Amino acid sequence: MRILVVEDDKDVANFVVKGLREAGHVVEHANNGRDGLFMAATENFDAIVLDRMLPGGVDGLRILETLRAQNNHTPALFLSALAQVDDRVKGLKAGGDDYMTKPFAFAELLARVEALTRRGKADTPVTKLSVADLEMDLLSRSVKRAGQKIDLQPREFRLLEFLMRHSGQVVTRTMLLEGVWDYHFDPQTNVIDVHVSRLRQKVDKPFPQPLIHTVRNAGYMLQLEEP
Amino acid sequence: MSRQIVRRLTPRLLRSAGFRFGVFYAALFSLSAAALAGFMWWSTAGLMLRQTNDALEQDGDALVETYFQGGLPGVTAAVKDRIASNIDDDALYILADPNLTLLVGNVNAWPATWPLDQEWGQLQVQRDGLNVDIQVRAFELPGGYHAMVGRDVSVRQKLGHLMEEALLWSALIAVLLGSVGAFAVRGLFRSTIADVSATAVAIGGGDLTKRVSIHGQDDEFDLLAVTINDMLDRIGHLMEGVKQVSNAIAHDLRTPITRARTRLEDAATHAQGEEELRSAVDRAIIDLDGIVGIFQALLRISEIEAGARRSHFADVDLSELLRELAELYEAVAEERGLTLSTEIADDLVLHGDRDMLQQALANLLDNALKFSPEAGRISIHARSEDGTISVAVSDTGPGIPAEEREHATERFFRGETARSTPGSGLGLALVQAVAQLHGGDIRLDDAEPGLRATLCFPVPASGG
Repeated sequence: MRILVVEDDKDVANFVVKGLREAGHVVEHANNGRDGLFMAATENFDAIVLDRMLPGGVDGLRILETLRAQNNHTPALFLSALAQVDDRVKGLKAGGDDYMTKPFAFAELLARVEALTRRGKADTPVTKLSVADLEMDLLSRSVKRAGQKIDLQPREFRLLEFLMRHSGQVVTRTMLLEGVWDYHFDPQTNVIDVHVSRLRQKVDKPFPQPLIHTVRNAGYMLQLEEP
Repeated sequence: MSRQIVRRLTPRLLRSAGFRFGVFYAALFSLSAAALAGFMWWSTAGLMLRQTNDALEQDGDALVETYFQGGLPGVTAAVKDRIASNIDDDALYILADPNLTLLVGNVNAWPATWPLDQEWGQLQVQRDGLNVDIQVRAFELPGGYHAMVGRDVSVRQKLGHLMEEALLWSALIAVLLGSVGAFAVRGLFRSTIADVSATAVAIGGGDLTKRVSIHGQDDEFDLLAVTINDMLDRIGHLMEGVKQVSNAIAHDLRTPITRARTRLEDAATHAQGEEELRSAVDRAIIDLDGIVGIFQALLRISEIEAGARRSHFADVDLSELLRELAELYEAVAEERGLTLSTEIADDLVLHGDRDMLQQALANLLDNALKFSPEAGRISIHARSEDGTISVAVSDTGPGIPAEEREHATERFFRGETARSTPGSGLGLALVQAVAQLHGGDIRLDDAEPGLRATLCFPVPASGG
């Protein structure tokens, strides 16, 4: 993936760029708003990581508004210290696909950036999802593994659907909470772990090969191989 | 120099609202006194004139009557007789022939300036060397003879002067009283406002304990004082809150920051090998995340308290929201060997902020899970009654002692029983902020055993 990082803080930028490169992505970096807008408008990227408050007279919101006005739909994630609910709403209204507040855990950022690109491709309606021998029919809302029917509660179905749509990617607990439950806060209790473990009981336990893996310090990943 | 002082003094007096007030009243007094005197003048002087005219009318008519009975000699005798019997010398009688030659009368000649066709009027006549005003009636007798009767009306003039004098004096007294009143009112204004302004100055200087004194007369000034004092109480309360929070931040954030710092420094100086170093760094990151969590919770609370979230209000199906939350937490409860039961009425709709309500209720459930003993029971009751939606979350944990309940919703408060458990002491503070954002409140009771936290939201009658 080719990713543009627009971030003026040197330490944060270095950290993000290094991390994304280690994860196998090609990363370009701009340290001010003007350069960021220029690069985003003239080159092709798979995703943009955008700070909101930037030097150079053009802030993150303006960059994205300008790009969207030019019909540029490159997925963008805001990475900002502005953490109020209104700030988040502003970011998403300006055309942002996701919004993360600083300070952040890199694993969360990486998972969300990688999820962005998948979101872009899922525009065409999908009726069937499949990972290895696990199949999900979105129309009849049924799940089979190795030809064997698995009964799931509605919420379990949506949880599995989310994991399958992001198969091969790390999915964090916050992403699950937002994507499956539409909750925008962090509960003190390990609610997500418990729900994933319940899902595992049904999807993985009866079968020799586990599909749902725990990624340490990050979240979960659904795929055949161990991550 | 002195001119400058004069210039500075005059406008200052005029600038005083009390002085203007007093001057206004003095002017009002004078005006009403003048109106009263004017009315008295009009009625008394007018009455006198009418009486005089009536007398002249009768007198004249009587002379005409006499002429018809006794002819010219009769009239002449009658006039002479009247002049003789007029001891006060306040009457005027003239009888003249058709050529206006005086026949009889108590003046020297027929007044030359009198127009012949005029019946009523005033004349000025010399009497004892003095000019005297006389109200006169002139008329013709048969045979072309001219007659004139009149009465001295200088008393009326005297009365006028008296009135004028009285008016002058009353104006003088009004001005005097008005001025005294002006200074008295100015003094009253000053003393009241001086108290308010002294209080404001003291508060501006940082002494938040100062209050405007109330005189107990229950008047407008007392009302103002009470209003100002209420406002000051509110400000004081807010200031106290800010102070409390900054103290709490200083204390409660220092602890985890110290822990993280110690861990890092210890690892930097004493760690044996990379493995140990990494684990110390990882622990420090967890500590820092905890600090960030505290910051976010504090910011969230102040964001809610500022009331800015009200613009995002929409109708929220509280029943559905609670069932979803219960479903989320039920799995955790079950895993821990606890039971979570719900009793949620249908169609509980609240105009509010969905995200905030979710977070507040999740906080209550987090707490219930955290403090539940083994095989404990957690229950959610939600219902609508008497225009109030109440949501109660109860557990069978240690509860909060009655004397601590009042403080349990303060920021950073950690009860005795909660000291040993992890947490920031901000959970209930956020719940309370959310409740207040929706015009509601949180109540903490003894669930015997355990804690029952009840959120009450008022619902407008039309919504039910």
